[in-house]
Amino acid sequence: MLAFIGRRSLIAIPTVILISVFVFALQKLLPGDPVLVMAGEERDPAVLEYLREQYRLNDPIPVQYMIWVGNALQGDLGISLRTNQPVLALIAQKLPVTLQLAVMALVIAVVIGVPAGVLSAYKKGTWIDWLANVVALSGLSVPNFWLGIMLILLVSVKLGWLPASGYQPFSDDPLQSIRTMLMPAFVLGTGIAATLMRHTRSAMLSVLKSDYIRTARAKGLAEHVVLIKHALRNALVPIVTVTTLLFGELLAGAVLTEQIFTIPGFGKLVVDAVFNRDYAVVQGIVLCTGIAFIFMNLLADVAYRILNPRMRDK
Amino acid sequence: MALKKNLALALAFGLAATALQAQDMRIGLQEDPDVLDPDQSRTFVGRIVYAALCDKLVDISPGLEIVPMLATGWEWSSDGLQLTMTLRDGVTFHDGTPFNAAAVVANIDRSQNLPESRRKSELSSVTGVEAVDDLTVRFTLGAPDATLIAQLADRAGMMISPTAAAAAGVDFGANPVCSGPFSFVERIQQDRIVLTRFADYWNADAIKLESVTFLPIPDTTVRLANLRAGDLDMLERLAATDAASVRGDADLSIAQATSLGYQGITINVANGERANSPIGQDARVRQALSVAIDRDVINQVVFEGAFAAGNQAYPPTSPWYNAAYPVPARDVDAARALLAEAGYPDGIDITVQVANNPVQQQLMQVIQAMAGEAGIRITLEAKEFATLLSEQTAGNFIGSQVGWSGRVDPDGNIHQFMTTDGGLNDSGYSNAEVDRLLNEARTSNDIATRRALYTQASDILMADMPIIYLYHQVWIWALDSGIEGFVPYPDGMIRLQGVSMTQ
Amino acid sequence: MSTLTADPRRAAAEVLPQRRSRIWRKFRANRAALLGGVIVGFFVLIALLAPLLPIPAPTATDWGAVRKAPSSAHWFGTDEIGRDVLSRMVWGGQASLMAGVVSVAIAVFLGVPLGILAGYLRGWTDAAISRVTEAMLAAPFLILAIALAAFLGPSLTNAMIAIGLSAMPIFIRLARAQTMAVMTEDYVESARAVGLRHGPMIWRYILPNIFPPILVQATLTIATAIIAEASLSFLGLGQQPPAPSWGSMLNVAKNFLEQAPWMALYPGAAIFLVVLGFNLLGDGLRDALDPRDH
Repeated sequence: MLAFIGRRSLIAIPTVILISVFVFALQKLLPGDPVLVMAGEERDPAVLEYLREQYRLNDPIPVQYMIWVGNALQGDLGISLRTNQPVLALIAQKLPVTLQLAVMALVIAVVIGVPAGVLSAYKKGTWIDWLANVVALSGLSVPNFWLGIMLILLVSVKLGWLPASGYQPFSDDPLQSIRTMLMPAFVLGTGIAATLMRHTRSAMLSVLKSDYIRTARAKGLAEHVVLIKHALRNALVPIVTVTTLLFGELLAGAVLTEQIFTIPGFGKLVVDAVFNRDYAVVQGIVLCTGIAFIFMNLLADVAYRILNPRMRDK
Repeated sequence: MALKKNLALALAFGLAATALQAQDMRIGLQEDPDVLDPDQSRTFVGRIVYAALCDKLVDISPGLEIVPMLATGWEWSSDGLQLTMTLRDGVTFHDGTPFNAAAVVANIDRSQNLPESRRKSELSSVTGVEAVDDLTVRFTLGAPDATLIAQLADRAGMMISPTAAAAAGVDFGANPVCSGPFSFVERIQQDRIVLTRFADYWNADAIKLESVTFLPIPDTTVRLANLRAGDLDMLERLAATDAASVRGDADLSIAQATSLGYQGITINVANGERANSPIGQDARVRQALSVAIDRDVINQVVFEGAFAAGNQAYPPTSPWYNAAYPVPARDVDAARALLAEAGYPDGIDITVQVANNPVQQQLMQVIQAMAGEAGIRITLEAKEFATLLSEQTAGNFIGSQVGWSGRVDPDGNIHQFMTTDGGLNDSGYSNAEVDRLLNEARTSNDIATRRALYTQASDILMADMPIIYLYHQVWIWALDSGIEGFVPYPDGMIRLQGVSMTQ
Repeated sequence: MSTLTADPRRAAAEVLPQRRSRIWRKFRANRAALLGGVIVGFFVLIALLAPLLPIPAPTATDWGAVRKAPSSAHWFGTDEIGRDVLSRMVWGGQASLMAGVVSVAIAVFLGVPLGILAGYLRGWTDAAISRVTEAMLAAPFLILAIALAAFLGPSLTNAMIAIGLSAMPIFIRLARAQTMAVMTEDYVESARAVGLRHGPMIWRYILPNIFPPILVQATLTIATAIIAEASLSFLGLGQQPPAPSWGSMLNVAKNFLEQAPWMALYPGAAIFLVVLGFNLLGDGLRDALDPRDH
């Protein structure tokens, strides 16, 4: 298993290089001069030119790329054109925020999605199946931003239960932190929960029809043992794969959710950075997300192997 | 001894913390400010933060007169080449550095010579600054400049601590040190900027809040929801369409002021190849578009009547407005006649680029429908603002819907846009007479002379029409009804002097 | 696959026609799936018939009737510049359905072949495809979409391309995983043992077996894509005015929730219904297509 992890980590290197090249290609495709966007209403040509020199925007792209890679390897991701803050410091500031949102959303999604999927598959064709499906469908059919605004209007404005926006660091005040993050995590989690429920249901249905489940039942094992130990364990393979794949969806969802609830995380940082052509920030974030994603993939592959022994020989 | 001191400190902090919770004012901003260095700053929203953080040499009144702030008095030499300012005594910066003539000299030097400084053009007329004595400073100008005093009422006149500036250099914005009523505590980008009351402020009696927190919340609906939920005490730039509902809410109140800026359609008349369009080449076509638009209906439909219809660089209420050209009534027949006269009896097709935000798109869709009835068929090109700006500078547009946030001095709304070498002249307009009039208007400190010059210039501009002005935004603030003493200013800033909160 | 004879080729040939009629029978018996089909069919029909319906033009403005509540003149009320919401709903349905179907078509037709190749050939092909997939997945889809929209200019077409490309990795990975799973099945291994060539192998064994999960994913993704178009519109990057889509209608309506809730109600309901329809349909198809169900 260790050798496998090592091999996979080596394989990840070209992926990281691909990502960095991709990000760099993207920035040249984007129209809009970052320095001009920064200038806003004040465009002193001498200052603009000075800044272009300062940020080496006049250099050829390969040169810019090599400089960036060189600095990045030394842990320097450059500074934000907009606020002059180091990109690495910005990322360090935002990472815990989005991580907290993502973890809370994933917890909500798993707690709702997996049991609902198991139950719905087990009770296939009954009203429970139907209800679980309707709830899942509702979660899938409501656009995130719509649900967010509706919840703010209902929960914050009309009922006054939870704050409409803002962010409290977990280390400052854990309870308040969870309170402010509850609505965004719910909004982000519902869509994921619905997807998870449907995949769990699909996987469980397939497994429940298989021969060995019939064998297990024929052996007279208790129903919950069959369901949990035999069926769910085997259904976990696709469920784990989907959950890992949902990591990307979680990040994408966080982009919108953070916009609505004005949560100062990754998503908000990157959207503002793209709109403002704050390239150093975009590059830094995409690189970090990329590495995080690769790590998640590695985790999924490891889980895949543990759960599905047949794969080990391949 | 040390223990006692620490205990006293701890107690003082404890007390301050309690009071802080009670008197923290939370203000919702539409955008996240950029770098908090007055010399490098570029955004409107950044200036709102400076109003609480950094005092200026002079300020403006709600009626746009220049009033004392850090300078208590000023005097022009008869030739208009020297400005002598008397400074306020006993002012200190947040770090304890005293404010004096030497500090002013250092500030002007930084604004002019820091490579990253955006204030260079605003201070381009200043050739020297000297400390006459500790509290007197003299500006020497290369040519008379009527706009200078208004520049000193904005970021160019903001005084930062020379000690902190020397130590931090270009990174001053990470921990700004000024002399305003509140000092900097922390900033979490895109989340909050926290300022706390500066105990040694020269006008401390006017400051009734313990701290102020600025929270950028871009979505107008969410910003208002936060105010309603009590998570904000105040917000800037309320959507005009929400004004009626806020007025009907007993827990909230509204304040408003007509802005100094404008919104319009810039037409490419001579900026590269794309100027070769019927509307770029013939002023009559531009006039036809202007008269095809019903500005009052725009104001009613898009802004529920809350904004001000306009057709010049200044709102009709401004002393600089040319009364000979009132806001035109819509006249479709006149528009068609102008088109026919220009040789386009069957109408024309044009494209207009517009920023992809709902309000500007709503505006352009209304104009599209109106112009269509007069035979001007508009195709809208929605663009991200960054792209729109680049295309506009590069001349890659026929029409472009943009605006200007406005300046106190009339020069700021027109000179850069209409003079041949103007830094913001994206339409490519060039007229020797307009250049002469606008340059001359800069040099006089006499209001009547200046007004006559601006009127002459606008007589020409109203015929040539490189920018079709549409309306003037009205700043609308929504406040918790417990807030007292807030005075709206046409520059859209939030001045916290005299503002108090009851919970 | 109920029977397994010594020659897998013949088995497949025999079983398929039989399965087709059984699938249709099972599908018809599934009322929920039929309902989904009816809902989707209804909206597709309305969208196709838009030019023939007795409704005002979706861009016809009326300054005297701005944000008016539903009435006999305007069944669904009017919008922020006095246009008929019903008419914009009908025409907007075209854009939203297109956004869903076209972007998923892009994702499936690019993603599935790549996924099968990777899972089937393994080795270097798999490594290359997987690396690119991972690199693509690593950029969250909205960032890719925002960047693409900024590059190409915000429009419905570019939103569809962006959504399609960003959904592609899911199909690559799913097709790859399924292919790999199918390859470990005994009957595939025996087919390989008798020397079946790659083409027929993929066509007869891989494709039919990975089809159900792909179909389930595609149905879910059409639904997601319709919402994604709305989300891009939320950032101003979807359908551009004056042309309507449900997403862009919602985007504008969010500014008038209090004053004109009907502007939000109908597009919201339409998105909900169509997504529901696609999901019901997909579920029904999934159950009907499940090869292990006898």
